Amino acid sequence: MGNLISMEGNQAAAEAMRQINPDAMAAYPITPQTEVVQTFAQFVADGRVDTEFVTVESEHSAMSACVAAAASGTRVMTATSANGMALMWEILYIAASTRLPIVMALVNRALSANINIHCDHSDSMGARDTGWIQLFCENGQEAYDSLIQAVRIAEHPQVRLPVMVCYDGFIISHAVECLELLKDNEVQKFIGEFKSVNSLLDISHPYTFGPLDLYDFYFEHKRQQIEAYGPAKQTVIEVGKQFGSLSGREYGLFEAYHLQDARLAIVLMGSAAGTAKEAVDRLRANGLPIGVLKLRAFRPFPSEELTQLLSRFEAVAVLDRAVSFGAAAGPLFTEISSALFASNHRPLLLNYIYGLGGRDIDIEDIQEVGKKLQKTAESGKVEQPFDYIGVRK
Amino acid sequence: MSEMIEVRWHGRGGQGAKTAAYLLAESAMQEGKYIQAFPEYGPERMGAPIMAFTRISDSPIRIHCHVKAPQVVAVLDPTLLETVDILDGVPEDGTVVVNTNESPNSLRRTLNISGRRLFTLPATQVALEIIGRPIPNTPMMGAMIKATGLLDIEAVIANTRKSFEKKFNAQVVEKNIQAIRRAYEEVKSE
Repeated sequence: MGNLISMEGNQAAAEAMRQINPDAMAAYPITPQTEVVQTFAQFVADGRVDTEFVTVESEHSAMSACVAAAASGTRVMTATSANGMALMWEILYIAASTRLPIVMALVNRALSANINIHCDHSDSMGARDTGWIQLFCENGQEAYDSLIQAVRIAEHPQVRLPVMVCYDGFIISHAVECLELLKDNEVQKFIGEFKSVNSLLDISHPYTFGPLDLYDFYFEHKRQQIEAYGPAKQTVIEVGKQFGSLSGREYGLFEAYHLQDARLAIVLMGSAAGTAKEAVDRLRANGLPIGVLKLRAFRPFPSEELTQLLSRFEAVAVLDRAVSFGAAAGPLFTEISSALFASNHRPLLLNYIYGLGGRDIDIEDIQEVGKKLQKTAESGKVEQPFDYIGVRK
Repeated sequence: MSEMIEVRWHGRGGQGAKTAAYLLAESAMQEGKYIQAFPEYGPERMGAPIMAFTRISDSPIRIHCHVKAPQVVAVLDPTLLETVDILDGVPEDGTVVVNTNESPNSLRRTLNISGRRLFTLPATQVALEIIGRPIPNTPMMGAMIKATGLLDIEAVIANTRKSFEKKFNAQVVEKNIQAIRRAYEEVKSE
């Protein structure tokens, strides 16, 4: 562990951005902005990057500026959080539908009201249908690594989609942890030189962005966009493997922890996955055949892969750190259960909502989930399909 | 996991509890340990009670939940003793280090503390005398290292020097080091 250094999650994200050295970054520099942009602005001021750094008057403008910069043929990054991304919402669609490979660090925090600065996944989930690729991270190392991979994924010629790298607010963003950084030249070599596609400024090949597109062609364009997610999935896997060869840390669409010999599984995303691994170790020490499926790619959602992996299980609990008000279950549960419906064999499914607004989830909480799974598997029926972890009545 | 140590720092905004939590973590990392450090974020403002945490382990730390039963507690401000339950979750054999003019025996009586290993140091006075400002975090670091034996004091000093050199001039750095050393010598046990 000679190369380990200690860093906050936000610093690690900013460090990845420095090493990527994008052509342009646009950001709203005030709360709910994060230290990612503050740290990066320092890199700009110190001349450590060549980035054109544009501060704007709102997140709506920040994403608009990113769209413009990307359409003009440059490598573009930004960062935001919570209500900040909510204000980008309209332009998130435009970035994805215009197939612009923008990379964004999203610090997952709760949406108002009431005002809360702590972690949940409401912001990401609100943007799940915008067309952005969404990668969730367990710790600062994964946030750093995923930002570097995101550049390659976004710019892949068969993909050309924006990527948001999501990591948990405060729990990861403001925690110092040990992590390993790559060298600047390794990062540059890995991401490669930016290749401009259909640049707005390439006046010898004029190109139109965002024109009127009515019932004659809009639908075809949407179909193309849907179909880009096939190569996107392959690219996430491919880039994750290549990153593994470079760093020793391989990534995929998800991480399977002790699933091979397990009959019970807990599915979740983000920082609680580490806590779940510890809980699962303790449960296994008591003979429970349980594992963790940590989902990394929520978009593209690995339906076939998860169906194949989970269909043989007896009982599966899906832990959601966000809600879809009025829906029967949390957003992750809905996706998992819908994927599993295609299979002839289906596990019994439980859904838990946890951690809204930064509410803690600890090892014991997750051990309880494991015990409920065991009971469900033994009785062969789901008594309570939807429940909460750690909330008062 | 049994070898993981959890430390809770109590302070008021501006007293350097977060810096202390981070410094301890960095020093431990320099000694080959895996670490985690984070403050508790609320409505931060100068003078408000805050907490910060350090985790130190021989193996990578995967958990991301709150620290609920710290083996070590450091209290940077004596006025917190009246308003905050500094012993919350601390096991019977835990270590508590308090910035106060009182002796450990007298503090035990005043607060009616059972069990736990108690240590005290007038850290604000040490900080005022040596550094010239009432920021008790570095002397409290020295006191805590002596009380717990968590790390080698010279390693902590070396890391503090390295970390502070980035932020402060040489004089301020040396005064903080002096404060750590004096605290390490003068911390009182029962």
